[in-house]
Amino acid sequence: MLTILFFARLREQLGQTSVQLTITENTTVEQVLTQLIEEHPSWQSPLSSNNILAALNQQMVSKDTVVSAGDELAFFPPVTGG
Amino acid sequence: MTVTDLNSADSIDTKVRVSEADFNAGDEIALLQANNQADGAVVTFTGRVRKQNEGQQVTGLFLEHYPAMTALSLNRIVDSARAKWVINKVVVIHRVGQLNLGDNIVFVGVTSAHRGDAFAAAEFIMDYLKIEAPFWKKETRTDGEVWIDARQSDQDKAITW
Repeated sequence: MLTILFFARLREQLGQTSVQLTITENTTVEQVLTQLIEEHPSWQSPLSSNNILAALNQQMVSKDTVVSAGDELAFFPPVTGG
Repeated sequence: MTVTDLNSADSIDTKVRVSEADFNAGDEIALLQANNQADGAVVTFTGRVRKQNEGQQVTGLFLEHYPAMTALSLNRIVDSARAKWVINKVVVIHRVGQLNLGDNIVFVGVTSAHRGDAFAAAEFIMDYLKIEAPFWKKETRTDGEVWIDARQSDQDKAITW
């Protein structure tokens, strides 16, 4: 089971703070997004944005990174702190 | 809200705090200078909530963050600065939650033997904080609430280091 977190504008657009997802071996971040859209068709537009960033276990990663069961994967828009 | 005071694994002279609580820049400068006769340079930056943005009147600012990641991210940025310049004490404070006009948002302070390294490291930390640290700003304006978009200019600036 993969824990997925959403933040800021994306959290508001999806109406969710977090979801759990069952994944198979060698699933990439990109494939997680595809799987989420398959399960929640209304999420297609916000999750298809090229601007979505991903952090795996609190470290920024690219979308071809492989995830594992037990990981914490977060999706969010580009950061705007400071 | 959790207050995180972390010492970097590489140094006992790094203070990173993410909190709703305000800070006093004078107190932080005193901390940077305490028991420190080695450094001739103390460079600090304080970011505050301003009343105008993108031509709109701003009435307040909400800051969201990714609690499990923020302190880790800030420490990674400080470690990157330490790898590039000879710096000594570093303080990074970032506030979260609801803020009002004029409130402090962020503080970065760096000491070094010489000003060049201190200036460069402080600016590097702020630049990377803008593009890598998981904070998001939502402005309250006279015409509603608006999530602030990331600026390409911030991205372009950071990658020049």
